[in-house]
Amino acid sequence: MQRIGVFVCWCGSNIAGTVDVVKVAEALKNEPGVVHSANYQYMCSQAGQELIKQAIKEHNLTGIVVCSCSPRMHEQTFRKTAAAAGLNPYMVEIANIREQCSWIHKDMAEGTEKAIVLGRTAIAKVNLNAPLTPGESPVTKRALVIGGGIAGIQTALDIADAGFEVDIVEKKPTIGGKMAQIDKTFPTLDCAACILTPKMVDVAQHEKIKIYSYSEVVDVKGFVGNFDVTIKRKARYVKEDVCTGCGLCTEKCPMKKVPNDFNLGMDNKRAIYIPFAQAVPKVATIDADYCNMLKNGKCGVCAKVCTANAIDYTQKDEFVEEKYGAIVAATGFNPISMDKFDEYAYSQSKDVITSLEFERLMNAAGPTAGKLLRPSDGKHPHTLVFVQCVGSRCASCAEKGKEYCSKICCMYTAKHAMLTRDKYPDTDVYVFYIDVRTPGKQFDEFYRRAVEEYGVHYIKGMVGKVSPEGEKLIVQGSDLIANKQLKIEADLVVLAAAIEPDKSARPLATMLTASMDTNDFFTEAHPKLRPVESPTAGVFLSGACQGPKDFPETVSQAGAAASKVIGLLSKDKLTGNPCVAHSDEMMCNGCSSCEKVCPYGAITYADKEFRGPNRTTLIRRVAQVNEAICQGCGCCTVACPSGAMDLKGFASKQIMAEVDAICK
Amino acid sequence: MENKQNVCNEIIRRSGVNPRKCMKCGKCSGTCPAYDEMEYHPHQFVYMVETGDIEPLLKSKSIYRCLSCFACIDRCPRGVEPAKIVEAVRLEVVRQQGNNHLKPNDLPEMLDVDLPQQAIVSAFRKYTK
Amino acid sequence: MKVSYFPGCTLKTKAKELDIYARRSAEALGVTLEEIENWQCCGGVFTTSNDEIATKLSSIRALKAAGDKGQPLVSVCSACHNVLKQTNAQFNNDADFAFRVNNYVKPDEYNGETKVIHYLELLRDVVGFDKIKEKVVNPLTGKKIAAYYGCLLLRPGKVMAMDDVENPTIMEDFIRAIGGEPVIYAYRNECCGGYITMESKELAAAKSKKVSENAKEKGAELIVTACPLCKYNLDKHAEDIPVVYITELLAEALGVKE
Repeated sequence: MQRIGVFVCWCGSNIAGTVDVVKVAEALKNEPGVVHSANYQYMCSQAGQELIKQAIKEHNLTGIVVCSCSPRMHEQTFRKTAAAAGLNPYMVEIANIREQCSWIHKDMAEGTEKAIVLGRTAIAKVNLNAPLTPGESPVTKRALVIGGGIAGIQTALDIADAGFEVDIVEKKPTIGGKMAQIDKTFPTLDCAACILTPKMVDVAQHEKIKIYSYSEVVDVKGFVGNFDVTIKRKARYVKEDVCTGCGLCTEKCPMKKVPNDFNLGMDNKRAIYIPFAQAVPKVATIDADYCNMLKNGKCGVCAKVCTANAIDYTQKDEFVEEKYGAIVAATGFNPISMDKFDEYAYSQSKDVITSLEFERLMNAAGPTAGKLLRPSDGKHPHTLVFVQCVGSRCASCAEKGKEYCSKICCMYTAKHAMLTRDKYPDTDVYVFYIDVRTPGKQFDEFYRRAVEEYGVHYIKGMVGKVSPEGEKLIVQGSDLIANKQLKIEADLVVLAAAIEPDKSARPLATMLTASMDTNDFFTEAHPKLRPVESPTAGVFLSGACQGPKDFPETVSQAGAAASKVIGLLSKDKLTGNPCVAHSDEMMCNGCSSCEKVCPYGAITYADKEFRGPNRTTLIRRVAQVNEAICQGCGCCTVACPSGAMDLKGFASKQIMAEVDAICK
Repeated sequence: MENKQNVCNEIIRRSGVNPRKCMKCGKCSGTCPAYDEMEYHPHQFVYMVETGDIEPLLKSKSIYRCLSCFACIDRCPRGVEPAKIVEAVRLEVVRQQGNNHLKPNDLPEMLDVDLPQQAIVSAFRKYTK
Repeated sequence: MKVSYFPGCTLKTKAKELDIYARRSAEALGVTLEEIENWQCCGGVFTTSNDEIATKLSSIRALKAAGDKGQPLVSVCSACHNVLKQTNAQFNNDADFAFRVNNYVKPDEYNGETKVIHYLELLRDVVGFDKIKEKVVNPLTGKKIAAYYGCLLLRPGKVMAMDDVENPTIMEDFIRAIGGEPVIYAYRNECCGGYITMESKELAAAKSKKVSENAKEKGAELIVTACPLCKYNLDKHAEDIPVVYITELLAEALGVKE
């Protein structure tokens, strides 16, 4: 028989406000096995933990139940407390009477009654608990960073500087991401390329960093410390280690009409290309959709002009398998499609552009060499209208826009407006806004400068319709402060499109078994206290894949993710989770049901000798669980027809005892 | 005061619109094709009903200027549906005895030989009860 | 195949072309429009207020009549289609409304299952624009045609669900199918002024003028519409550009106009 102690936490008024904690402690005192019951204001505090430790010693407790918040919050805390008092940490059970009880009930009597049931349930379980000892597993001292934008770059550099090997997988031919496309950065207006490209070079030259460009992660197996990852290296038809990046092929290729995605399709590139001058690796790539040689065998110009003999039309996709101890998702963001917002006439006029397209138009390396010219006719625009919140804060239709604030648009629009007025004082610049959101160091000062020093016209209101008429774009919108409907004859309209996670994030999350929110942003393990970790052990989050972010925030988060990775890789061994499956060999009939459902490949079979009747021996095939790989999901225990498979810490009889306790 | 609130509650109920969803972006009024003909504009209808400031709306000719084109309904980023509020305010007026905005006697003057029946029945539906 | 057909008042009087050519063209495409018996005026506009019952009963009866035959309910007039479809949606989404409506129409209760489709949807989804293309004998080759959707065909988008509200393609695809060249212009889904023409000719004129000016400016020689009131407003108040019904153009292309 266990000697169980029950500890009911008030959590200030969080629990005590809706649950009569004294009554709960009293009621649970009479449950089987309970020898001690107490309540306290903050059980997780130093004093609260001391209370538990003393009780364990004083009453020779063999198990404890803490009625408090979610086990996700403090299970670890109380396990440590128990261990400090000499009790096996797996003899601790948490009854969640906060999130699942006091926070969702209003009635004291109801809340109290439910808290008693939850406590009783945990007691029933702990009565059947057995001490468990976790195993250990080794750590592969190498990290994988998925995504080579500024988030991935910073994370990789920080990990590598700590002395660990890092691989970056980037799906595009070059690292650099969105920051490489951007002209200047707010609020200091320093040139994005000038601060990004040195970092790209650092990555390329770092002896601990390897870049898999033009590559994608296609499979992830294993667990924290021991991931097995398959990387697809897409055929670029150029030998990466031979190409010198001289660029001659990109000038001689006769296929000139390939939309240049780096400039968002506003100009053309060749079928063999280097995305931009500072690309890393600086290696040419052939676009197989446009290359005549690959399509019909007629051309071969690039191979002829290449003095390094780097062109290889026969190249195939390659698959590389690599081991990692930690994985960082840094898959970034994209502006949403403007297809569903044609009231702004994006599909009707080339002179209605997105803010990212505007960045390219202002960029010295962009399609207009940095001159602000209208895409339709190359004329200098005199009246510009910026529209904020296009698709952001849009709750009416999920397939259309995003309910969240995209966070970066207010500041980059202020930057665009200011830069326009600075370079072209002959322009009139209007910004339609719902709210101007500038929480950040020097942010509001920046926005005010756009208004006060540069004379940008900020209009509180939204644009309802943009109509291309003649050479003009008639922008009809409301000015809520003047109580007027405005019709502005504009030359260029710039839409601050909402941002969304990159489309590659969702399939990646599935591979990593990392959770996501409904918007496909990766979910953090705790929104305040563990913001750069995924709830999946060994998976970390860097940059806008976790939520909209500007550069300073992205870089800080990238560094934070790196430090978490370094902390993990610094360990030689990882303590595993002892709550794993195990098979009762006497009952196992070797049917393979468990093996088929195991998502981790943790189950193998062995032939074992058993004593048969009349001193004979039998050889039987039985299941064996690799405890280092098993994650304790419990699929096998449900699939097993003979009841041989069970989960330590969550044994079937424990679950049944819990159900019985609830139904009592 | 109490009566004003009752009228607003009735309008909210009848329209099925929750004015609290409005984030005051003004896109409805930026969209409205009848804006210049209105004394009070779509976003003001939503705000005034929300705050109980209903009398000016009941007296205003603005309620007869909405074209029921539903553009504000489709373009509102928050799904507020201002046109339904305008309609509910108009019904509050025309449903009262003697408050028909369009009188049958006015009709002959409005007709011309090409005018489709659709225009007449629509106007009667909108302006009278 | 046979479908139930709700012509509407205007199609029996001022917009006879819209009706006659709709029937003839459909017949040529293998679809018979069976006019439902004893239909009543749809009311021209849908009252969005959720406490109105009486004004929606004629729609319910029409929906019920089509449903009894197991046919979809087709109309050509944008206004009729809008009222029928919105009433149907309210019936299906508002149980209280459905209950009260069926109390009125007892013992002829409606079950909510009738599908409401516009003539254009019939062409796109049932006949298919490819098939229409094959049947065209007088293609409108090179003719620059501006589709005028107006409001009622598309909005509210969630209910009408015919096409993208801001960037529709159904009429443009229709124009292509009969050999014409569609002209895209911003005002194709802006209001013509509608019934305001009764008491403010000026407002209707201003709205219609914008539509036709914008279409002409983008190179249109012709405007097509499915709505008699749109056609009236454009004809009456707007620029010098012909406005014709979709069905008339279709009949011409199919060689069944005369």
